[in-house]
Amino acid sequence: MMRLRTVASAALILSLTACGGATSGAGESTPSAGAKGTVKLAVNPWVGYESDAAVVGYLLEKKLGYTVEKKELKEEISWQGFETGEVDAILENWGHADLKKTYIEQKKVAVEAGSTGNTGVIGWYVPQWMADQYPDITDYKNLNKYAGLFKTSESKGKGQLLGGDPSYVTNDVALINNLKLDYTVVFSGSEAAIIKAAQQAGAQKKPLLFYFYEPQWLFAQEKFARIKLPPYTAGCDADPKKVACDYPDYDLDKIVSKKFADANSTAYQLIKNFKWTNDDQNLVSDYLTNQGMSADQAAEKWVNEHEATWKPWIPAGS
Amino acid sequence: MTSTITVEHLWKVFGPKPERVVGTELADLPRAELRARTGCLAAVRDVSFAVEAGEVFVVMGLSGSGKSTLVRCLTRLIEPTSGEISIDGEAVRAMNARRLRDLRRHRVAMVFQHFGLLPHRSVLDNVAYGLEIQGLGRAERHRRAGEMLTLVGLDGHENQYPEQLSGGMQQRVGLARALAIDPAVLLFDEPFSALDPLIRRDMQTEVRRLHAEVGKTLVFITHDLAEALTLGDRIAVLRDGDVVQIGTPEDLVGAPADDYVADFVRDVPRSDVLTLRWIMRDPLDGETCEDQPLPATTVIRDAVPRILRAKLPVQVVDGDRPVGVVDADRLLPALISHHRQVPA
Amino acid sequence: MTATATPPTIQPDGRVVAVAGEGAAPWRRGLTRRRVLWVVLIAATVGAYLGFRTGGAADSDDAAAFRFFTDVRNWVDENRDTSPLFLYGFNYLRLGVRLLVDAVQAGLYGLGFAGLVAAAGAVALVLAGWRTALVAVGGFLAFGFLGLWAESVDTLVLTTSAVLLAVVIGVPIGVLAARVNWVSAILRPVLDVMQIMPTFAYLAPMTLLFLIGEPAAVIATLIYAVPATIRITELGIREVSPTTVEAATALGSTSRQLLTKVRLPMARPTIVLAVNQTIMMALSMVVITALIDAPGLGQNIIRALERVNVGAAFDAGLAIVIMAVVLDRITTGAARRRPAAPARHQRPTAANGVERVGAGRRDRWRAAGGRNRWAVAAGTLVVVVVLAVLPISEDLPHFSFAVPVNELTGWIELHWYDGTEWVKNVVSAGLLDPLEGVLTSTPWWLFVLVVAGFGTMASGVRAAVIAALAAAGIAGLGLWQHAMQTLATVLVTIVLTMAVGIVLGVWSARHDWFAAGLRPVLDAAQTMPSFVYLLPALALFGASRFTAIVAGFVYAFPPVVRLVDRGLRDVPAAVVEAAVSAGSTPRQLLWKVQLPMARGGLLLAANQGIVMVLAMVVLGGLVGAGALGYDVVAGFSQREDFGKGLAAGFAIVLLGILLDRLTQGFHHAKGPR
Ligand SMILES: Nc1ncnc2c1ncn2[C@@H]1O[C@H](COP(=O)(O)OP(=O)(O)OP(=O)(O)O)[C@@H](O)[C@H]1O
Ligand SMILES: [Mg+2]
Repeated sequence: MMRLRTVASAALILSLTACGGATSGAGESTPSAGAKGTVKLAVNPWVGYESDAAVVGYLLEKKLGYTVEKKELKEEISWQGFETGEVDAILENWGHADLKKTYIEQKKVAVEAGSTGNTGVIGWYVPQWMADQYPDITDYKNLNKYAGLFKTSESKGKGQLLGGDPSYVTNDVALINNLKLDYTVVFSGSEAAIIKAAQQAGAQKKPLLFYFYEPQWLFAQEKFARIKLPPYTAGCDADPKKVACDYPDYDLDKIVSKKFADANSTAYQLIKNFKWTNDDQNLVSDYLTNQGMSADQAAEKWVNEHEATWKPWIPAGS
Repeated sequence: MTSTITVEHLWKVFGPKPERVVGTELADLPRAELRARTGCLAAVRDVSFAVEAGEVFVVMGLSGSGKSTLVRCLTRLIEPTSGEISIDGEAVRAMNARRLRDLRRHRVAMVFQHFGLLPHRSVLDNVAYGLEIQGLGRAERHRRAGEMLTLVGLDGHENQYPEQLSGGMQQRVGLARALAIDPAVLLFDEPFSALDPLIRRDMQTEVRRLHAEVGKTLVFITHDLAEALTLGDRIAVLRDGDVVQIGTPEDLVGAPADDYVADFVRDVPRSDVLTLRWIMRDPLDGETCEDQPLPATTVIRDAVPRILRAKLPVQVVDGDRPVGVVDADRLLPALISHHRQVPA
Repeated sequence: MTATATPPTIQPDGRVVAVAGEGAAPWRRGLTRRRVLWVVLIAATVGAYLGFRTGGAADSDDAAAFRFFTDVRNWVDENRDTSPLFLYGFNYLRLGVRLLVDAVQAGLYGLGFAGLVAAAGAVALVLAGWRTALVAVGGFLAFGFLGLWAESVDTLVLTTSAVLLAVVIGVPIGVLAARVNWVSAILRPVLDVMQIMPTFAYLAPMTLLFLIGEPAAVIATLIYAVPATIRITELGIREVSPTTVEAATALGSTSRQLLTKVRLPMARPTIVLAVNQTIMMALSMVVITALIDAPGLGQNIIRALERVNVGAAFDAGLAIVIMAVVLDRITTGAARRRPAAPARHQRPTAANGVERVGAGRRDRWRAAGGRNRWAVAAGTLVVVVVLAVLPISEDLPHFSFAVPVNELTGWIELHWYDGTEWVKNVVSAGLLDPLEGVLTSTPWWLFVLVVAGFGTMASGVRAAVIAALAAAGIAGLGLWQHAMQTLATVLVTIVLTMAVGIVLGVWSARHDWFAAGLRPVLDAAQTMPSFVYLLPALALFGASRFTAIVAGFVYAFPPVVRLVDRGLRDVPAAVVEAAVSAGSTPRQLLWKVQLPMARGGLLLAANQGIVMVLAMVVLGGLVGAGALGYDVVAGFSQREDFGKGLAAGFAIVLLGILLDRLTQGFHHAKGPR
């Protein structure tokens, strides 16, 4: 009995090691990318992205007959997923030059798949009521005049600029230094923290200067005014320590895994073709956030009402 | 015939590097000084004694005098530092682990002050524990355990748990557990000091009855003099790890080896323990005595009526041989004084 | 008895500690000398601070430590498909965990809705009695009513898998640690790291090793939860009465027999409580693992957070609370239900804040007899099987608290803001800023010296050296400023937590009605995922350190209250009676008898409080408290910040070790615990 068991376990170990150990992908169900089967979409944690994923996922399933697996992941982990074969596509990528360098240029496991059509705008904002009350506040040159308004318990006697989620690109500290603003950056640490602060700034009529971005569903609810910083010129943000200009507009793009692209399936083509406007995305985001719809419900509603927009995405011959 | 247990020059030193103490001049230091000099504590110092088969050997001493350590050294629950121990002629310190386990499983059992019962087992299973680990079958060990429970008077409590029993009953379980393996030697480490006086007396009676019935060799630790005197055939008195005196109860009370022992036995009613041997005197020349002599082993108290009623001194005999005489004059100091040493 | 006759004390590990034979007078002299030392030390500290304080240069973004960690990560990244360590190690580990998760999943889903509800009830009935069974059935039905059935089962699958692994791994290690002192000594810092190191700091590379999804989630959860299993098991084995072990040895038990027949059975109630604590820890971690696509309630909460929808998060949070309460009641019930539990097992223990005592039911249950219980078990098994086969679906009418919760929090956010902002400003300006100012302007070497000095006075040389090394280590990591900022926030949180915790604990120990009312509040506060109450806290206190303090407080005060309550209730009735009969007023009773005697419980509470507050530092990074918490969060979000994030994680661990060693002296130095 004892002997038998030993033999059996030895055989098991042998059979496992004979083939040279288990690689990182072993044992996970990895249906070959691109075959009519499963498409693995990374879903990054913001609503705009969810809207993209909702609509693309819906079309993939309902119009092309794929199974869609959505994986809720932070950006960086989504990129890692290209390497491990667990992610086929990222649908809304904000810049991330460093990740592109690692995964597209060095590791060669991912490729770009074109713009989403959305423009990412990053900037500094104040609630609309402030812009109405202090019309000149929207020019950065006057910010020092109003620094006193923005003092908080965290800002060490200066005005507070509420910084963004650490996932996003920011030059805020450098900007404040180089534009000689009497402010300090308080790192909010999460999108929820900024949104709550922005909502309260509107509701309580409290001054707030904050880092924010569009497209974002909050703009469907409330109005904010953007501060004019020295205009962006190509290369003015080359040295992160010396930046003294506004953020560029980001062309939000799609990234897919190399394998997925090489298979050139209809799923890949649909993702490549996918392109819409900020308004489209904000609409779906509004369904999701403020109307309490599920991803499928929101996608269905939008798809039903915007056939002209999505028809061209469907690859010919499918 | 060899003794059941012999102990020779036994040392137990606690602390860092204990071996360096024994056999050097450090060994002669008093405990406190040794501790100050080396951080070692000599719990048992150069102890030797022998216990005969069927004997009740009591070890007595104040708290901290090393009694528990000594008794644990006998089966190496505490590893001695040096010295020889043999049980039934077999050297205990030379035993390997298996042999030692056999000794513990079959020949020597122990009863503990705080019982040491297994709270998660029923009374029956507690008693059967020793048999279980020997590999005895369930039915057989339960039968034996049941018998032991009857022997200690715990019929009907088999399925209760230790927690549900009184202290006295728990100690009976401890006793039954020790008896269950039918050992030749039973070690008791202050088994009754956690019990109240009435129960304690019950239990002492119980031990005496069992000793009479099953005839085991007992080593009994106590700090209670009365207990030592009632149970012990012989008593060893420990102080700071040293044996101060070994002797019968009479020896201790009648001829304490030093002030420590004397202090111990001071409050013992001498007339209850001593025999006539301790107060008799040589007959004066031509002295006439009562007709009826008294044996020398008579306890003084029992002789009081005879001696007081007698007009003449009473002759004391050892068998047929006259060894001395007693009279009221010799008797009275023994009756009133617990303190003064009586000349032997 | 004279002072010279003090016996030496025997330490549990068999060391003899000789008591110096000082007379009464030198002892008193020693006391005053101590006092003088304290004064000198304080004066020297103040002097040195005034002489050497600095402007507090900001931490750089590029320290040697950061680069080192980044390199390690890159190495892993590059070698994970070639190095044998991964090919034969981690990858099989992952495959094994995957198998386990799949099996558990198949099992739980296989039972179906009705079957699983019935199974929960059956397990509760067998382990803990019918009352708990009702709670279990009600709780599991509630998952259906909340419309969160599938998510709840997913969470249960992950928790169960992680806890199974924790028990299989942790119990043997705990036993070993209890028996072999050097193992225990080596394990201690390792467990500290595992328990305090924020998951965020290693979650990203973790997915490289174990891939996205359940296995990585289970392993992350395991890392966080298994220290509790090990520590409490070790405690349980160490607490086994030595007399009993000796008695069994004297009967000739082998060491294996000692383990299986004496130590393990006697430590059983404590080991079950270890499982209980493991479950609680695991449940608080599975939410975070949603960030690497672990399925379950965590996903709902993360999604609700994105939408800033506190009501939606509340429903999922409530499901987690219910799951925690059900599992807690089952395991505490199981711990109690045993033939005999000596009182010692029901003392609060170091790693454990939530033991509860209740012997009444145990006896009745036992009276029911073993055989009877098997009949019950068999009966319920039949019911479970029948229900599992019947096609009953979980489509119950749905109740959601989302709308009322949103309305309520909306109203509160709107109307309380001025008040809460005032509180925040007062605490920040009056307490936090000055403290942070002093800490950040102290040069690191002075801080290390001060820690060494005060540490020696309070906890002895050994602990002081470790604490000072920890402080120096923080400086070495290149995160001094951030660590001091975090320390300031942590200290304020701990003070607040202890103050409120002790007051509530005292009340709860004195009034049973209060204790009964408080219990569900404590349960909820401890198990409700903090992400849920973060939103209203953010609204009321803004993105600030104070929000972090509030979150830390909510998380840490329940165990403090429980330990204080327990400590006070454990004061022997005889002592209380003696004090009352001597004419003590209730106040005198509290201050002169109960609180001093409950010192052990209070210290345990402080210790536990520190650990839990540190666990919330990262959350602080998400709500504007900046410093180490933010560094960790940033390291998780941006690849280039990984090194700094991991370094910050270690800095948090070192802070924990520092605080622990500085306070541990109070455990040993004065009087019994
Ligand atoms: N494991 C140990 N390590 C160090 N010292 C010990 C140890 N066990 C006992 N001692 C010391 O040895 C001395 C003798 O202890 P022992 O327990 O044998 O005394 P005792 O006579 O049984 O006392 P009591 O009547 O209180 O049970 C004591 O001073 C004790 O402190
Ligand atoms: Mg003793």
